[in-house]
Amino acid sequence: MTEASATPGPGPAAAAPAAAAGPATTPGPAAATGPAAGNGEVLLRVEHVTKYFPIRQGILLQREIARVHAVDDVSFELRAGETLGLVGESGCGKSTLARCIARLYPLTGGTVVFEGRDISRLTRRQLRPVRRDLQLVFQDPYASLNPRKRVGTVIADPLHIHNWGTRGQIKRRVAELLELVGLSPEHVNRYPHEFSGGQRQRIGVARALALHPRLIIADEPVSALDVSIRAQVINLLDDLQDELNLTYIFIAHDLGVVRHVSDRIAVMYLGKIVEVSPAEELYQRPLHPYAEALLSAVPIPDPDLSEQRTQVVLEGDVPSPVAPPSGCRFHTRCRYATEICSTQEPELIEHGNQGHLAACHHPLNFTRAQS
Amino acid sequence: MTAPGQAAADTSAEPLLEVRDLKVSFRTEDGTVRAVDGVSLSLAPGETLGIVGESGSGKSVTMLSVMRLITDPNARFEGEVRYKGRDLMQLNRDQIQGVRGAGISMIFQDPMTSLNPVYRVGWQIEEQLRAHQQLSKQAAHARAIELLAAVGIPHPAQRVDDYPHHFSGGMRQRVMIAMAISCNPDILIADEPTTALDVTIQAQILGLIRKLRDDFGTAIVLITHDMGVVADLADRIAVMYAGRIIEQGTRRDIFYDARHPYTWGLLGSIARLDRPKPRRLTTIPGLPPSLLRLPKGCAFGARCPHRFGLCDERPELLDKVGDGHLDACHLDLKQKEDLRETTIHPELIEEAK
Repeated sequence: MTEASATPGPGPAAAAPAAAAGPATTPGPAAATGPAAGNGEVLLRVEHVTKYFPIRQGILLQREIARVHAVDDVSFELRAGETLGLVGESGCGKSTLARCIARLYPLTGGTVVFEGRDISRLTRRQLRPVRRDLQLVFQDPYASLNPRKRVGTVIADPLHIHNWGTRGQIKRRVAELLELVGLSPEHVNRYPHEFSGGQRQRIGVARALALHPRLIIADEPVSALDVSIRAQVINLLDDLQDELNLTYIFIAHDLGVVRHVSDRIAVMYLGKIVEVSPAEELYQRPLHPYAEALLSAVPIPDPDLSEQRTQVVLEGDVPSPVAPPSGCRFHTRCRYATEICSTQEPELIEHGNQGHLAACHHPLNFTRAQS
Repeated sequence: MTAPGQAAADTSAEPLLEVRDLKVSFRTEDGTVRAVDGVSLSLAPGETLGIVGESGSGKSVTMLSVMRLITDPNARFEGEVRYKGRDLMQLNRDQIQGVRGAGISMIFQDPMTSLNPVYRVGWQIEEQLRAHQQLSKQAAHARAIELLAAVGIPHPAQRVDDYPHHFSGGMRQRVMIAMAISCNPDILIADEPTTALDVTIQAQILGLIRKLRDDFGTAIVLITHDMGVVADLADRIAVMYAGRIIEQGTRRDIFYDARHPYTWGLLGSIARLDRPKPRRLTTIPGLPPSLLRLPKGCAFGARCPHRFGLCDERPELLDKVGDGHLDACHLDLKQKEDLRETTIHPELIEEAK
């Protein structure tokens, strides 16, 4: 690691073997040109979103004794047509953040502005039209489909709820959706158990697409699938984005998958976004030590490269979100941490390249990136 | 760490464990499920064998059968499992109990459910020690603390009295490993040991397994669906599909000279960080066949892009070149060399045009 970072130009940690392995003709990181897609209008603006879950004790008088700081002061923008990857380990708050954005949870603080409208304080009734444009795809294709409903009913449900069209129109729309996600329209009368995991995930995608949404939040959509099936579903999501001009928030813990689908990536740790970067640039030049460690922990499916690289292995576990560490939340596990890290919380600010933000007092690859 | 490419194990020695033509089937309402359909494997002392495959490929059932842990009355077993000159399939309950723990031990995928939530972790480790070794209560307790320290649990003397829910997922997997190595087994079977864990914790656990292997010379069978995990750790790799091994060789054979189209598909469908990002991921079309109705010919035939007439006959797992690299595919070596790269990375070829 130290060797790699001493060389000028891009390529520490995980990137170093990549440079050696890739074909010589490969052009430099595309990320240098800044965010490629998503030059449209701002579709979603998340400002200082905070979500605490209270921990209560007592039988009659339930006193709040502590709070789980699930999401703490998170802000970002998402442009139409863009894919934002959200990565982090379990418990970092990425799913909670997604649910806050979709208003499945009430917010503790902050605002969510979707299509120019503040949706963070809307009532259930007021939210209904918003939900047409904002849909979710869930992780577990076994648990997210009602086993007693036929596939046709599952997909038609959102159409019925929103009083969309006549029965005939709905029937045609369901057949169209099944075809769109690569299933046969003849499958409408089957039950979810008759499908494999990958096919079920396609049904979940069809349901999310039913009302022509603009933003889809996919929460670990491929984690439960086998590798060969995973690639099929990712390619499907890719195609649908091009075809229907969709905007995605793609949550995953698999950094390979996230890199493949995302234009920009946000890395979360203990309820905070610690780094936001154009996708390719994060893999070439991570700024935050946590992002570096996360990248370095991903196994490389190549024996020689795997042996050559030096892994940054993080010690210990993620601290409890009930009492997050003071200052920078990562300082307890960070190998670059100094005095200031435990006392002062770093702000999420731009370092070097445009659109590449990190919340760190000692960002990596920064001075070199500038020179 | 050994030098690159050099296998740590002494493969010329007598195999420690040898599985011969193992078949496991389950009777169900819908018919007979052939979960394992003629698997042969061997494991040398100190060697690490990776078994790779997708869900339902039979990788776990194979190793559970070796441990004789499948008690389902509807299961039928055929074949031999030779360990230290004995056929494990013929042993009675007491005899197999003597092999488990001290001879072969196993860790499982889900550390959340493999520990008993109502007993202290120390108690659970001690129970195992006292079942397999004649140890006093005090000695077992001291040994439990020693083991927790060996697997890197901080403050082992205090943690030994904690319950499983006091531990995080990674720590619980460490406790499982402590239990598995408590009787110094010859063979450690790790069934998806890191699948339920985050990447940074996965790196810690894999590092621990490697350290134990290097310190104690334990032979390891590592079952996983993640090619990245075996790339780092395994000396030899067996790739399973629909209950059979379809390719087997050294780790270099599998990663740099793969000879089965399914292995190519697996290698291609990984979204890799060490390569430039492809426009599209390579996919394997379709689904694995139902184990209730395996096709007569090659089980991968229906999904294989290079299928031809001969594929209606079942290909045997053969060493065609004589270099110890086995594969079950009818294509000849020349064809394989020509087709391999285009199948793994179709885009590389497109670009070259």
